[in-house]
Amino acid sequence: MKKYLSFFQLRFAMGLQYRTAALAGIITQFAWGGMQVMMYRAFYHTDAAAFPMTLSATASYIWLQQAFLAFFAVWMMENEIFDSIVNGNIAYELCRPVSIYNMWAARSIASRLARAVLRCFPILIVAAFIPQPYGIGTPASLLHFLLFVLSLILGLAVTVTFCLLIYVLAFFTISPQGLRMVFTSCVEFFSGAVIPLPFFPDKIRSIMDLLPFASMQNTALRIYSASIGTDEIRRAIGLQVFWLVVLTAAGKLLCRLAEKRIIVQGG
Amino acid sequence: MITMEHVCKSYRIAKRNAGFAEACKALFHREHEIIHALNDVSFTIHDGEMVGYIGPNGAGKSSTIKILSGILTPDSGTVLVDGRVPYKNRIDHVREIGVVFGQRSQLWWDVPVIDSFALLKDIYSISDICYRQSLEELTELLNLSELLRSPARQLSLGQRMRCEIAASLLHRPRILFLDEPTIGLDAVSKLAVRDFILRQNQTHKTTVILTTHDMQDIESLTSRILLIGKGQILLDGSLDDIRTGNKSIDATVAELYRTYNI
Repeated sequence: MKKYLSFFQLRFAMGLQYRTAALAGIITQFAWGGMQVMMYRAFYHTDAAAFPMTLSATASYIWLQQAFLAFFAVWMMENEIFDSIVNGNIAYELCRPVSIYNMWAARSIASRLARAVLRCFPILIVAAFIPQPYGIGTPASLLHFLLFVLSLILGLAVTVTFCLLIYVLAFFTISPQGLRMVFTSCVEFFSGAVIPLPFFPDKIRSIMDLLPFASMQNTALRIYSASIGTDEIRRAIGLQVFWLVVLTAAGKLLCRLAEKRIIVQGG
Repeated sequence: MITMEHVCKSYRIAKRNAGFAEACKALFHREHEIIHALNDVSFTIHDGEMVGYIGPNGAGKSSTIKILSGILTPDSGTVLVDGRVPYKNRIDHVREIGVVFGQRSQLWWDVPVIDSFALLKDIYSISDICYRQSLEELTELLNLSELLRSPARQLSLGQRMRCEIAASLLHRPRILFLDEPTIGLDAVSKLAVRDFILRQNQTHKTTVILTTHDMQDIESLTSRILLIGKGQILLDGSLDDIRTGNKSIDATVAELYRTYNI
């Protein structure tokens, strides 16, 4: 366990050193979040009753989404992992007494956490001072807040295990390009990164809610502002745990399969 | 002890001729060729031996090293290293071996070399005392004291290679696989690396298996050579066995390749 922990530490420390990138990210996320809030404001002005969430809940959703972007953005994948598979440097990782799956997990969690830690606080603080209903509201209750934190962590874990599945699949496809393109666009759409899931038509939504993508950011962000019922919260968190287990099992299984038939590219 | 018996490994390689028309044709019908990288390879290496593994490009040297270090799974045959099957118990196996791939890097690019070493210490669960001793010894022998605090990306090839070798030896492996460790090194670094490998073998009784195209490496390091060509072991003996007259070692080996038509 200690080896994964020290690897985690190294990656975390490395992630913290990119300050300029973090600053640029914060600015981008403010601009993006602001734009979205203004867009929704225009919609709500037309007919507020037509929307499944209140404007202030939607604004909270957007700001939290921006603050924790690094937790859930599947497009932020570890290029070094893909590179090591494509150019064969994976050979060295296989020469170490570690499971590559766990190693990659430690690495992904570390870099996502480092990115989020650098970026979330300025966004959260500023968004808290934006006047209602355009800023981030207080959580619905203390219980909601605690459940939000739990679901946030589970969501991060689901996102990471999903990315790990893509890394492992890259062993089979030689080039990761196609995989990345297909999966990142799927995730963006189905996870509620483009439009929050409650805004989809009911029939489609009932299916979307069950997919692993809904267990990424959707659950946590909706719990915060209570735009999801108590029974539903229980079910959604259960679903997060379910997908976490399934994705981990699938990833580990595929990884073992890949290790057996590995070909080291580039001699 | 390392034994390989009747080991075969083949790769499937897509082939096509040059040109646009051929590329279009390959869209519908792709030709594959099966390359037998290893074809019934058998040998035994005893503890503390230093063996040079030579052969022309594409002969199967690296494939052998990768099978022995647990990265590749052979198609058939049995491999035993100190009683372990490398590709079945990869994690247990790699704890006991050290590997250097001359053309790749295992150091983390952005952090000082010493941080990479510290991480390896945790990865191999090396105790503090052992780590300090190994590090001191390696630093002195490979002359690393100036390099440890710089990031790996800012080292020259030779400097980096010395650090790579140290990184592979921190956990005191009983077997060391070196895949072209002197590639691209200047004369001074080459001599330092050779000298170091020799001492490692003498003082720690480390078994060393070395692949290289640099025949001076072979001449100064190994008493036994294995010649592989087209996936088969063609010769297992000492340098003196193959040397005729006063020819240089390069000429001797070139002639050897010619006799075996590889």
